[in-house]
Amino acid sequence: MLVSLHYTDLAVAGLLLLVNGGLSLALDLGLARPLLVAALRMVVQLSLVGLVLTRLFALESPWLTLGAALVMLLFAGQETMARQERRLAGWWSYGIGTGAMGTAAAIVLLLGLSTAVRPDPWWDARYAIPMLGMVLGNAMSGVGLALHTLTATAARERAAIEAQLALGQTRWTALRPILRHALRTALMPTINSMAAMGVVALPGMMTGQILSGVDPGEAVKYQILIMFLISGATGLGVLAASLATVRRLSDRRHRLRLDRLVRRR
Amino acid sequence: MLSVSNLSTPVLKPATFRLDAGECVAVQGKSGSGKSVLLRALADLDPSTGEVRLNGDLREDMPAPLWRRRVTYVAAESGWWEDRVGAHFAQPDRAAALAGALGLPGKVMDWPVARLSTGERQRLALVRALVQEPEVLLLDEPTGPLDAEATERVEALLRGELARGAGVLIVTHAPEQALRLARRHLHVADGVVADGVVTEG
Repeated sequence: MLVSLHYTDLAVAGLLLLVNGGLSLALDLGLARPLLVAALRMVVQLSLVGLVLTRLFALESPWLTLGAALVMLLFAGQETMARQERRLAGWWSYGIGTGAMGTAAAIVLLLGLSTAVRPDPWWDARYAIPMLGMVLGNAMSGVGLALHTLTATAARERAAIEAQLALGQTRWTALRPILRHALRTALMPTINSMAAMGVVALPGMMTGQILSGVDPGEAVKYQILIMFLISGATGLGVLAASLATVRRLSDRRHRLRLDRLVRRR
Repeated sequence: MLSVSNLSTPVLKPATFRLDAGECVAVQGKSGSGKSVLLRALADLDPSTGEVRLNGDLREDMPAPLWRRRVTYVAAESGWWEDRVGAHFAQPDRAAALAGALGLPGKVMDWPVARLSTGERQRLALVRALVQEPEVLLLDEPTGPLDAEATERVEALLRGELARGAGVLIVTHAPEQALRLARRHLHVADGVVADGVVTEG
């Protein structure tokens, strides 16, 4: 049995935002405006996505599904760029982030769709698009964090890196500490969220499935599958993007090339 | 030993000079004139054009790490990548002996890096390069933060290196130091490198 929501129900819940807004005005936090804008954006964006998904599921076209997936990937690439204070100049930053995420998400999703979920047809948008959304969202956070950490640390630790290079170490040895640091920083949230899952946090997707009437045992299995896909894609994407960035941050003569970074304006 | 012809970078105008085995050449000039740029270009730490040869071997014909082991740059600002001092040295025993010669305590290898003063870091960075016995040393103000006694110890050690046949290029702001160590100097102004003889005044 599914309890359907009416727009009046949403409006009542939306009143909570007014409480937050009032608090901000009373304490002069300056958050009332951004709060309002963010809430409006969420409502508009999600409503549009609802419309798009409804059409997409009805049309059952592999090409439109692929197109939607590409649009999501391009937005994710934009988002990873925005999270880096210093990034590789030119198309490198966008290309590396988007390429790594796209490859990782594709591998993981094809694996999930062809072995575990097996919808018919295999590209069925009802399965592929939501799964891609979850996988890509997490890979995006991971890749953004990895590249931000990598470029910021390389700039900060320039003296340490160049001291090793000057003593005759290779670029891979000299940059290994910052690569390790970036990978750890990027993968920690995924590891932590898996460790706390079920005990501290009930994941959104599982809760959603339970609320919409799915048997909890079934919802849990889906959640576990999704978590494996998410950590797989995040790990692959983070590793690929980080290695490519280390390569671009140095050159064949084993120099540190901070001149290839630009600061965000 | 080290022969340089038309070495240039976006900052450095084409420079041609040579450095013989056992010779010390002082690099002088105002701050920001391009002295560090010259040393970094020689060590191949920044892209440069021109021809640099060590005993006839062209720089580009050997892997960059090997080149830098033979032609080693010691920056004015030392860099550290491990927590413990000793972890930065391939041969801690030999490094400890050299550190002792520079007036550093014997236990310095067990210290955390954070405990070192600027002058101690500078001397240890020099030791780090010396234990690898490079053929050419490119030293960027190695005694900048040091007192007179420590400076004397560093200079004594450098004389030893010269005696073993190493070539030394040393950036210094102290004219007396140039006089003590070098007979020739390179004067750098606005990226132009000029060869000359070290004279008083």
